[in-house]
Amino acid sequence: MSHDPAKSGPAFAAGPGSIGPEAHVMVGSADKFINWCRKSSLWYLLFATACCGIELMQTGASRYDLDRFGAVFRATPRQSDLMIIAGTITHKMAERVKRLYEQMPEPKYVISMGSCANTGGPFYKDSYCVVKGVDLIIPVDVYVPGCPPRPEALIDGIIKLQKIIEQKRNFAVKA
Amino acid sequence: MESKAIFEAVKARFGDAAIELQEEGFHPPFLVVSSASVREIAFFLRDDPGMRFDSLMCLSGVDYKDRFAVAYHLHSLEVGHKIGVKAYLPRETPALPSVDPVWPAANFQEREAFDLYGIVFEGSRDLRRILLPEDWEGHPLRKDYKYPDFYHGIKV
Repeated sequence: MSHDPAKSGPAFAAGPGSIGPEAHVMVGSADKFINWCRKSSLWYLLFATACCGIELMQTGASRYDLDRFGAVFRATPRQSDLMIIAGTITHKMAERVKRLYEQMPEPKYVISMGSCANTGGPFYKDSYCVVKGVDLIIPVDVYVPGCPPRPEALIDGIIKLQKIIEQKRNFAVKA
Repeated sequence: MESKAIFEAVKARFGDAAIELQEEGFHPPFLVVSSASVREIAFFLRDDPGMRFDSLMCLSGVDYKDRFAVAYHLHSLEVGHKIGVKAYLPRETPALPSVDPVWPAANFQEREAFDLYGIVFEGSRDLRRILLPEDWEGHPLRKDYKYPDFYHGIKV
């Protein structure tokens, strides 16, 4: 499309080597752009082990609509950026959780949802089979308290995670 | 059929294998039988025209500290009566015949009792752990169970 100065305002200087008006150049920080992309498409793994999973489904459904924040569920860890640990993790499940986490591509984030995933919850004392906090197995970015947390609490956790992602530096800084 | 009549019928057929009827505090009452003849009594309770216990509602292990027990809850969908059957086992070697050939539903519940109490069901078609990992040590619902410190490097 050629530029017609008569129709669209002032003419641009078109010297040798300069960029024409067609180029639409935007100058900004690469970190900001990358972080914005990442935080706006937090695809989470469709994975739940207990009653927190019901609240997770509720959060994703139409009333609370987690899609507003760019978070949709994926049925495979290979397409996921975020793992929401929704429910009790037993020692038998722990190895599967770790395997799923390791299958996710970088960068990856973990939200620990509910008391069981945070600390073992009601199973903290006198349970031989429950892992006392999922952070004993995999690194956790955000802890959401509650038993189970309401959808608003989980959404707050996702927004907190987005704020964490906004702070990330993706390129090495010169010393 | 009343539980007393069921007990009398089992006693008439199996003699000393029917030990007593525990009525106090139990609903339905428990028929205490010797552990060695559990399977024969189970076949009788299922196939006798007066009994027709076609449903095994529940199979549980119990730890009484000095001995173990296996409790069966039976229900007849045709007749509509219920009865409990209980067999006591020595603590050192808790083993009794499986009722898997009588009620196929027994398999998963026997595996659970084996997993959590270490009760061995002889003649079961598949006796493996069902809830805990295959390499777990010990049987956690026993009263003298000691917790391990770590399982696969994760603190218990």
